[in-house]
Amino acid sequence: MADSKVGVTSPIKMFFVYVALIIMACVMLVPFVWMISSSLKLEKDVFAFPIQWIPEDPQWSNYQVIWEKVPLLTGFFNTTKLTVCTTILQLVTSSFAAYAFAKLEFKGRDTIFMMYVLTIAIPWQVYMVPQFIMMTNVGLTDSHLGIILMHAFTATGVFLMRQFFMGVPTELLEAARIDGLSEYGIWAKLMLPLSKPAIATLCITSFTFEWNDFMGPLIYLSTTNKKTIQLMLRMFNTQYSSNYAQIMAAATVALIPVLILFVFLQRYFVEGIATSGIKG
Amino acid sequence: MDKKSKSLTRRKTLVAYSFILPNLLGFFIFTFVPIVFSLLLSFCEWNSGGEIKFIGLDNFIRMFSKDNSFWIALKNTIYYTVVTVPVTLALALFLAILMNKPLKGRVFFRSVLFFPYVASLVAIAVVWMALFNPDRGPVNSILMAIGIENPPRWAASTTWAMPTIIGLTVWKGMGYYMIVYLAALQGVSRDLYEAASLDGATRWQQFVNITWPCVTPTTFYILMMLIVATFKSYDIMYITTQGGPGEATKVLAYHIYNTAFVSSQFGYASAIAMILLAMIVVITLIQFKFEKRFTSYL
Repeated sequence: MADSKVGVTSPIKMFFVYVALIIMACVMLVPFVWMISSSLKLEKDVFAFPIQWIPEDPQWSNYQVIWEKVPLLTGFFNTTKLTVCTTILQLVTSSFAAYAFAKLEFKGRDTIFMMYVLTIAIPWQVYMVPQFIMMTNVGLTDSHLGIILMHAFTATGVFLMRQFFMGVPTELLEAARIDGLSEYGIWAKLMLPLSKPAIATLCITSFTFEWNDFMGPLIYLSTTNKKTIQLMLRMFNTQYSSNYAQIMAAATVALIPVLILFVFLQRYFVEGIATSGIKG
Repeated sequence: MDKKSKSLTRRKTLVAYSFILPNLLGFFIFTFVPIVFSLLLSFCEWNSGGEIKFIGLDNFIRMFSKDNSFWIALKNTIYYTVVTVPVTLALALFLAILMNKPLKGRVFFRSVLFFPYVASLVAIAVVWMALFNPDRGPVNSILMAIGIENPPRWAASTTWAMPTIIGLTVWKGMGYYMIVYLAALQGVSRDLYEAASLDGATRWQQFVNITWPCVTPTTFYILMMLIVATFKSYDIMYITTQGGPGEATKVLAYHIYNTAFVSSQFGYASAIAMILLAMIVVITLIQFKFEKRFTSYL
């Protein structure tokens, strides 16, 4: 990014670069634009051709009726609850564990860490069945607690925080120990404030995963008033399958929270990927 | 003194374990135990409400010799992977190369290309299914308007359902991999290109001899990530086509889901899960084996 002056690209070539990017940007944007446009139409106009991108008479009422047809608000509330709880629990426990893995010496450390390493590549799909059976036996299915516990303790979280903690100079910790700070104090007053970028990345990853997760809640939650926003949207889609304008309004509403977060915290989304990607 | 230092080490160990325990306990119970359990369960018969019965390799014999759905699911998984992975990779690299130029509006383009990745799959799938609605959708209306009389029936056709899902997957995911590539491209020294263009190398030669070798570790990393991601994916099929029409988009993970949560055959579902695990272990081993070589390349 810094040395753009060296990569001299002729204006004609730059023109084609822009054309290509604009075309790709359109491909990415058009579905969203169509979604919003359709959400403001009368049902009979949704599939009218040629496409009318800006509705003549915007049907704002579509955005009113959707809340009554399916308890979307309950879905929002449930998802928010799951997201906040999972993210906090994950952040605290994995940064806690990561501190010990990165900076403390004790018997069994490498063996335990190996267990995390070995399981990190195993996807949920492989063990979702026995996990569900176990959860059923202790009464944690059809409950938010079950989903929180299932998602809060991840190897990836520990890895991410550990990698960041490793970069904190040990001399700093030694100095803090001499000053009489306990290990817990070091974690709270030194490590956490120093690792804000890692915390941001972990929070954002956890938030997007939890907000968008579909299969987890689908398998675990059966009572309507416990369902998440994604399940509510799905419910809308199946119950009112011919009501495209309203489905699009519901989809728009479900996308807005992530969109807002994305617009404001885009930097962290991107930096998180870029760093984890290069290190592999 | 010896006693003192011993108790000090013990104290240190206790403190360390107090740090690890909250996460370890949760991880052990909710992830590690289910993994071991699923390994054991794959050698057992266990249907809803019944007893767990050890049956040795019977699940696997049934899978390989009698379960036609398993072979279809395996074939579909491979189809999905073999097309999705290279297309995503190529588009991601292409976009990253474009984005690596001195652009105006870089942040805008990056946001637009990346946003579908973080957007909810359910919402996006709903929109795609409407756009590609075979009878009334705008895509087919456009195709018919430009003179194609029988446009594909997309998700409703056994031939086109998988390509439709692949299109959605590529569209949703490529922005993510573009950013990984972009980070790698920004690490490539400008001097190399300058020297090459002084020697009269064409753009294509520069790509083949500089860009491609420099991003090989990243390509490898993305390749592995994508393969695992496509192997395990089934939510997209569930949301769009429910594995249909027929079994045209039924993939391995979907077959696990169906066997366990629709037919309640937990033992057999675990056996299918072991095949998925084996596929992923192979990919992971390849990654471990080559990673050193590729990263030393950088």
